[in-house]
Amino acid sequence: MGNHSDGSPNHSGTVATAGQNEVEKFQDPGIPPHRLRLADTDPKAAKRAERQVALLFGISVVGTLIFLVAYFAIDLGNDSSIATIRLQNALLGIGTAFAMLGIGTGIVHWAKALMPDHEVSEERHAIRYEEDRQAAVRIVDDIVEETGIKRRPLIRNTLLGAVALAPLPAVAIFGDLGPRPDDKLAHTMWAPQDGKLKRLTRDPDGTPIKASDVTIGSAFHVIPEGLNELQEGKLNEKAKSVVLLMRLDPSSLHPSKGREQWGYNGIVAYSKICTHVGCPVALYEQQTHHLLCPCHQSTFDLTQECKVIFGPASRPLPQLPIAVDDEGYLVATSDFHEPVGPSYWERDEHERNINS
Amino acid sequence: MSATSTAEPAFVAKTKAGRFTDFVDSRVGGSGILREFGRKVFPDHWSFMFGEVALYSFVILLLSGTFLTFFFDPSMAETHYDGSYTPLKGVEMSVAYSSSLNISFDIRGGLFMRQVHHWAALLFVASVAVHMLRVFFTGAFRRPREMNWVVGSVLLILAMAAGFTGYSLPDDLLSGNGLRIIDGVIKSIPVIGTYISFFLFGGEFPGTAIISRLYTLHILLVPAMILLMIVLHLFMVVIHKHTQYPGPGRNDNNVVGYPLGPVYAAKAGGFFFIVFGVLALMAAFFTINPIWNYGPYDPSPVSAGTQPDWYIGFVDGALRLMPGNPFGWHVEQVWFGHVFTFNVLLPALVPAGILFTVMFTYPWIERWVTKDDREHHVLDRPRNAPTRTAIGVAGFVWYCVMWAAAGSDLIATHFHVSLNDVTYWLRALFFIGPIIGFIVTKRVALALQRKDREIALHGRETGRIVRLPHGEFIEVHAPLDEYKRYKLVGFESPQVIPAQPNEHGVVTRKEKRRAFLSRWFFEDRVAPATPAELEAAHGHGHEAVEAAEGSKSLTH
Amino acid sequence: MKALSQKRRHPLAAIALLLMGLLVTGGLYAAATSMNEAKASTTTASASDVEEGGKLFAANCATCHGMGASGSKDGPSLVGVGAAAVDFQVGTGRMPMQMNGPQAMKKPVQFNEQQTSQLAAYVASLGAGPAIPADDLTNGGGDAAKGGELFRTNCAMCHNAAAAGGALTQGKFAPALADVTGKHIYEAMATGPQNMPVFNDANISPEGKKDIITFLKQIETTGSPGGADLGSLGPVAEGLFVWVAGLGVIIAFTIWLTSRTS
Repeated sequence: MGNHSDGSPNHSGTVATAGQNEVEKFQDPGIPPHRLRLADTDPKAAKRAERQVALLFGISVVGTLIFLVAYFAIDLGNDSSIATIRLQNALLGIGTAFAMLGIGTGIVHWAKALMPDHEVSEERHAIRYEEDRQAAVRIVDDIVEETGIKRRPLIRNTLLGAVALAPLPAVAIFGDLGPRPDDKLAHTMWAPQDGKLKRLTRDPDGTPIKASDVTIGSAFHVIPEGLNELQEGKLNEKAKSVVLLMRLDPSSLHPSKGREQWGYNGIVAYSKICTHVGCPVALYEQQTHHLLCPCHQSTFDLTQECKVIFGPASRPLPQLPIAVDDEGYLVATSDFHEPVGPSYWERDEHERNINS
Repeated sequence: MSATSTAEPAFVAKTKAGRFTDFVDSRVGGSGILREFGRKVFPDHWSFMFGEVALYSFVILLLSGTFLTFFFDPSMAETHYDGSYTPLKGVEMSVAYSSSLNISFDIRGGLFMRQVHHWAALLFVASVAVHMLRVFFTGAFRRPREMNWVVGSVLLILAMAAGFTGYSLPDDLLSGNGLRIIDGVIKSIPVIGTYISFFLFGGEFPGTAIISRLYTLHILLVPAMILLMIVLHLFMVVIHKHTQYPGPGRNDNNVVGYPLGPVYAAKAGGFFFIVFGVLALMAAFFTINPIWNYGPYDPSPVSAGTQPDWYIGFVDGALRLMPGNPFGWHVEQVWFGHVFTFNVLLPALVPAGILFTVMFTYPWIERWVTKDDREHHVLDRPRNAPTRTAIGVAGFVWYCVMWAAAGSDLIATHFHVSLNDVTYWLRALFFIGPIIGFIVTKRVALALQRKDREIALHGRETGRIVRLPHGEFIEVHAPLDEYKRYKLVGFESPQVIPAQPNEHGVVTRKEKRRAFLSRWFFEDRVAPATPAELEAAHGHGHEAVEAAEGSKSLTH
Repeated sequence: MKALSQKRRHPLAAIALLLMGLLVTGGLYAAATSMNEAKASTTTASASDVEEGGKLFAANCATCHGMGASGSKDGPSLVGVGAAAVDFQVGTGRMPMQMNGPQAMKKPVQFNEQQTSQLAAYVASLGAGPAIPADDLTNGGGDAAKGGELFRTNCAMCHNAAAAGGALTQGKFAPALADVTGKHIYEAMATGPQNMPVFNDANISPEGKKDIITFLKQIETTGSPGGADLGSLGPVAEGLFVWVAGLGVIIAFTIWLTSRTS
């Protein structure tokens, strides 16, 4: 852009004549002359429009009837088939649509064809008048004056203080909407109970899994032993503890130091809860060994301990250390070594507590 | 109160309705209101109807929603399904989900009502959005309507809130995963995030409280606030009277259109039934939110293609576009022992924050830049405010890129491209899309203005080719009548206002910034044609016009 | 068909033709008597099938999978993949592959049923693997509700809760499952074609697989009670519909409403 701030023609090819706002403008010719409709001049056309409107209202009546027939003649009863429901839904909809569109289009057609269609011009009034304004302002001044709030700062200041503090109970009530988080997010059901290691069981039926069941290329959706027997907070625990169990060629896994024993013969278990915002990351590509989250497409590489290789997640999925018990079933040797799921303010602190 | 009852017995109503009005009026007053409203003039234009679509969708939402509340039970207690839908028979689920299924399969007309309600919800937010786009692009937010623009913006947010709280109520797998995403976003808030999450869900996610809490918000608080805002909105419309498009006979001191009674009331009233009818047709033939497909909420499963309803889509899309580890750098950072989840916070808050901040403040931004504090009742045609139109399109493009990102997986499967490539492209478009949109729109608007100018000065192309005696071919241009011409020339074209010193004679830095923006707004402009130019065009202007005039006289 | 024409003058062609004729007549008869009964069982493989299959394999598959199906740089070893894998890959037209891409695409089937079963018999003879399932496991008749639960836990994240398909990384995708036969669904679960994980019988029991197939067939045949399902793609399709069709119709009405009558 250039220095052409005066509105003169410039390189951009725009058209502007110098100071044209001062140059006389076109005069407003006023509202165009009214054009008569067919129905205004031809009584036959008016009669026809009248019949059309009546017909539309008639269609509405038919629509209402369709609705009533569909409502009463089709009995949903017990165990009605999908086809019946679909038919009834369609007929109820058609009935309503005819009933409503009939009335609507009828009225509009009536208004358009038969009601006077002269365009009218109405003057706008000022939103406020000067005398009103003065009177109103004076009244407000008087009110403020009569309260004496300016002369009595003690009243004003204590009132302000009281009003400022008054919402505190509401905040307190808000605090009782739920328990305090403490470190609930840091622990899952996988922690061994009374020295007994938790078995990995199938989601949803809760049967234990043998290491030999997990063949190469398999993906098992896993819940901790005992989850289905929980009386309370089952979904809360499930939301933290679901795990995906996979087996790949042990040579393609590259466990880092300290994690060599977390898998078993190429069988590894990772938290299914995305470290981004918590969707279940369950899309396992068995040849590329990628895990994909269907919600926001974060992609984790199983061969790099579920490092993020694409998408919005920033942290790898937590790994669940597993082993095999004496009956050949897979067990978790401990809880996760970090909080699962999306990050939160206290997460790092919790992770340090777990590992200390 | 009213005076009609006692003093003047002379005037008697002609119709029954008139007598009834008289009866009511003599008891409660209000003839003043009727006098004010009965013949109030409303301008007629199709683009003025979107606000009504929104209002009517809301009424339909109230009607169908009331029906649904009679049968819906917002409890998260466990139950086993025992309804008609066999693929879910005996499955463990919440009472909320089970009652939603019963509404769909075992209550006559329940499925229809659910579908009407959900389609109306989508249409409600969509029509609010389109209405706001219309208001923005025509400059209807300018003085004296800035406050109504703000009320409208609040309504948009409330409409989204109403939609989201309702989307979650059936407690199905899709909405449950949606809630889980919300929970994840809340947890990313520094300091208080974890606490807010626990307070909202009454403990750990998902808990047993969230559905009933959302239900209260959905059927009580949010609709009440929407209603309040609608009342305020309409009240201000009445005070301001409607805006009108520029044209012959229309100016800032009048309003040209049809009187409320009977024509406009009939059209507007009839339109309610039309909107209802269209929604009924959609509900009759198109499934919406098939909760029976998704199954009950369970934290372990998830379905491919998990997306929110369209109006939350842009936030979800922004979440998808944000890279978590761009160039190996972790966006999530631990500082001073605390986690800053920027990979969630930034996309969740920044784009929406920018969009809504600009939306709320735009009337004041433009007023400050243009120094235009006059009342405007005549709208701008979008082409006649090129920079504003370009800003609007840029924002819209930005929104649409995020919106498209929310469907990146569906774009990938339906156009047979790689999911990753779709994301890379959209990331690039996130930054350059609005810029391209701005430049292209501004050029198009200016080009349209030039075309208007051409037509106003030289007339409309008739498509009739005439050969002149010396062999030249020309196309005959027919001059416009004065009404049509006025539509093309009767607009204001503001100019750059250079920086001006304040009362101390100092040009402040703020004023310099304003002048810079003013230049940016109005540097490229096309002035409306003037009578003098028309005279010139006719008298000794283009040969073609002269010739056309000549040939015209020949042919007549 | 190309493969067929090449083998026309083969000494065993007459026998193959005879067999084929018998199979077709038998098949037609079976189809005529009961539409629901699937084609003749192919689990019993004779030695001639294996031999015939070996020839087909050498001619059509060995380029990539190597002689004796031991694998090459262009294709994996097929030793131990079992008959089910062959029946799925060849029976859905995914193999022979047309070209290298993100994944093998479904396309018109290249071999007839008999040739497919011969190939399957040959590959099955190389090493133990999942066999082609019996008809009673793939014809439905299981518990749809249980199948639905298993489907949502194990399959919906890739294939979508209504089996409408979904995207995977780098251009791969999980296909929609409508119009896929029960047998092929079963075989896919048992063998884990391409990037799909394997769901062996220890993971999802044959009964469970039967339930899943029952569920899928049921939702496919009943359709959506609410009308057209818009591809079962969820809120994106619904949003698009309301913006294009819903607002489109409404705008058409507003234009009519505010236009002048002639």
